[in-house]
Amino acid sequence: MKTRAIHLSRRAVMLSALALMGAGLYWLPGPVRANAQVGQIAPAFAGTDSQGRVHRLSDYRGRTVVLEWSNHDCPYVRKHYGSGNMQQLQRQAAADGVVWLTIISSAPGKQGHVTGRQADELTRSRGAAPHAVLLDERGDIGRLYAAKTTPHMYIIDPRGILVYMGGIDDRPTADPADIPGARNHVAAALAELKAGKPVSVPVTRPYGCSVKY
Amino acid sequence: MQRVFSTVRPKARAFSDDGGAGGTDGQHVRRWFGPWLLALLVALSAGVQAAGPVVTTPHLRAELVSETVAVTPGRPFWVALRFTLQPGWHTYWRNPGDSGEAPRIRWTLPEGFSTGEIQWLPPQRLPVGPLMNHGYSGEAWLPVVITPPARLEAGAVTLRAAATWLVCKEDCIPERGEFALTLPVGSGAPTAHAPLFEELRSRLPKPLSGAGWQAAEGGLRLHLSGLSLTNLREVWFFAEDYGVLDHAAEQVAKRADTRLVLELKAGELGLQDGQTLRGVLVVQRDGAAGPFTEAWAIAAGPTPPASAMPGPALALGMALAGGLLLNLMPCVFPVLSLKALQLVQHTHLDPLRARLGGLAFTAGVLLSCLLLAGVLLALRAGGAAVGWGFQLQSPAFVALLAWLMLALGLWLSGVWGLGGAWMGMGQGLTTRGGYAGSFFTGVLAVVVATPCTAPFMGAALGYALVQPAAVALAVFAMLGLGLALPWLTLAFVPVLGRWLPRPGVWMERFKQAMAFPLYATAAWLVWVLAQQTDADGLALALAGLVGVGLLAWLLGTGPRSAWRNGLLIILGLVLLAGLARGIAPLAEPTHTTATDGWEPYSAARLAELRAAGRPVLVNFTAAWCITCKVNERTALETPRVRLALAEAGVARLVADWTRHDPALTRVLESFGRSGVPLYLLYPAGDGAPRVLPSVLTESLVLDQVRSATAGQDRAGGDR
Repeated sequence: MKTRAIHLSRRAVMLSALALMGAGLYWLPGPVRANAQVGQIAPAFAGTDSQGRVHRLSDYRGRTVVLEWSNHDCPYVRKHYGSGNMQQLQRQAAADGVVWLTIISSAPGKQGHVTGRQADELTRSRGAAPHAVLLDERGDIGRLYAAKTTPHMYIIDPRGILVYMGGIDDRPTADPADIPGARNHVAAALAELKAGKPVSVPVTRPYGCSVKY
Repeated sequence: MQRVFSTVRPKARAFSDDGGAGGTDGQHVRRWFGPWLLALLVALSAGVQAAGPVVTTPHLRAELVSETVAVTPGRPFWVALRFTLQPGWHTYWRNPGDSGEAPRIRWTLPEGFSTGEIQWLPPQRLPVGPLMNHGYSGEAWLPVVITPPARLEAGAVTLRAAATWLVCKEDCIPERGEFALTLPVGSGAPTAHAPLFEELRSRLPKPLSGAGWQAAEGGLRLHLSGLSLTNLREVWFFAEDYGVLDHAAEQVAKRADTRLVLELKAGELGLQDGQTLRGVLVVQRDGAAGPFTEAWAIAAGPTPPASAMPGPALALGMALAGGLLLNLMPCVFPVLSLKALQLVQHTHLDPLRARLGGLAFTAGVLLSCLLLAGVLLALRAGGAAVGWGFQLQSPAFVALLAWLMLALGLWLSGVWGLGGAWMGMGQGLTTRGGYAGSFFTGVLAVVVATPCTAPFMGAALGYALVQPAAVALAVFAMLGLGLALPWLTLAFVPVLGRWLPRPGVWMERFKQAMAFPLYATAAWLVWVLAQQTDADGLALALAGLVGVGLLAWLLGTGPRSAWRNGLLIILGLVLLAGLARGIAPLAEPTHTTATDGWEPYSAARLAELRAAGRPVLVNFTAAWCITCKVNERTALETPRVRLALAEAGVARLVADWTRHDPALTRVLESFGRSGVPLYLLYPAGDGAPRVLPSVLTESLVLDQVRSATAGQDRAGGDR
């Protein structure tokens, strides 16, 4: 995360000149992306849920899977639970046979960290309807998916390919008044998958609190 | 745990004497000084919920502050939302990074007022575990420029802002506040905050041209030329848009020849071919007084610039060529006529004196060029956005020039003289004062040359302004050398002098005839002035012209006593200086060329037209810029060009730089220019603009419009 010092040596200059020439030869047209995740096989993981059961991503091959990173104390998560927006999405997903996994990657002592019992209590009190709540207090699944914010949403299609990653919608605020009128990227992507169409907006900006690794 | 929306509004407690210290509930009202009392009264009388300039939450104190104590009609001024944060808490930049949210301000301003976007200061990196955020800790400023209408009734105006922001330590709290700031209408003397605003402006990113990006494995390379590579300590590039870069990834900086190359890892959204990479480059350098930071605004096109910025040698060469060309420009001509007369005499009568005279002339040109460059650099170091020709943006200076031109004209006409003391004709050659005269002519040549940005000078001076002071001064010196070179050559190669006609009676006639270009220049300057000041200012300028006439007559008719003449001159100069001080710049912007289909330029209007898919021609001009006027007359306003532009659906915008306008100066600088003219032709769609040459011809403009439109058709066909 630090900038490397700039060397003045002649060798460095020559090396960078060579690197530049190399770059000229190796120049590849096409869009520039990070290690492209959307469109590739989603990384395999196994996680323990609030009741101690182990869920493997491979268990759900053949079904659409939604991953939702959460932290119940984050104002952006509260925006979508307080308004009932997230629960509605979860119920619609369940009705469509979609597996919804809520993942909590907050480290012990950090905001949003919960025990299994607390997680179940939250599910009950908020009227949430996830397939399971995975407790990822070491942050392994979060880091594997480079989850940045709560909420941060991922959709994996029945072939196991990551087809969506990003925000829940296109209004990056904590204000529930912004929910009506926003484009819900997850609802849109799930509808497209259901209709057998490719996801039209596969990568968006996730917004919210940082995941408390 | 339940702290969700700390929606805090100041209580409308009117007279809090204790200055609001303490306030454990985080809600207090600051001491109400006069203006705030007025604000309260205005707010109450309007029946609006009372909001003050200060909102305090448990995590920060937010205050709306103004640079000036009052609003001057038509004169833009700066206000800022200032966050003073509790230790450990931070707010965010426009691209907050991996999480977080940028603050937003919604303004409610009185009718006729307008406001620009937040002028974002360079952010800090705020690492959070494996993630990276961009924001501010300690203190965060969100400055904006507010433009009041040209006419305002006396009284007071209230600026209202509803702001939302996210403040985070480990946890994040969304907060909001409503602010009101009431300012009287009057002349805007600076407030106690004004020095802070100066400092803020100096910290705002300055445009760096000569940036380009190139795809590379796993990311991209950002090539930066035009950046000084000395004493570099650390560099970091902050992308303006989310997800273009992996915010937390290491950035590797390498030197490649005179360029800096940053290797950047792409984010999940990445950058498409043809897109522009925008952001801020924060550079830390080692200085004599410890490390210091500078910030550059980057707009990198999708190819590395081959030579977007000239190297030092090329820039010096271009400055020399520009100086040579300056000799042919209409504004330099009257002064050259004086120099021509001197040369005729010197070369014929005394070759040695001719050489010394040529050297004195060169010294005058060089010294005034360097002085001008020094002033320009000092102003810029002080944070002022000024460019080449900035002298003529001051109406007082234009008036002084007009008076000078008249005085010189009257002298050539024979109304006045200082005996043999100056560069008297004929007998004056034997006096030592001949050299002073040559020197003075050199100074004058530079003074009158300022409005004429010769074809190559724009790029050379643009280069100079982003270089260290020594290089900038060298470029200006080369410009001066170019201006003096023909005359220096004539003085040192007597053979050339033989081509000049022999001295004789014709010289007196010639000298008298040469007074008329000077009168014409004075008349032109008054015309320029008429667009910069109001009728009162113009009256003062004209009174000054009469005063110059009177002074010349007194000098020319009375006894030739050095004491008397010296006294008269000093008295005259004092009076003229007093008049010049009275010539105030006009508050209301004028668009001298906004006629017949030319709309006034604004960044917003340009964006709007481009969003509507129209090609746009932007003409950066100024009333005092002769090159601009010639181009407009001969190439932009001809019937054929008008027809071609109309057929191609090209929208025309005119950006008037006649008066000081920092926003326009920044646009000019982003294209590597520091003065007008500049012509930009934006194609329809997203493409980068073409920069047309500084000297236009009709056929050139027609060709450019044709090829830009052809490109547009092709692009349309592909889709």
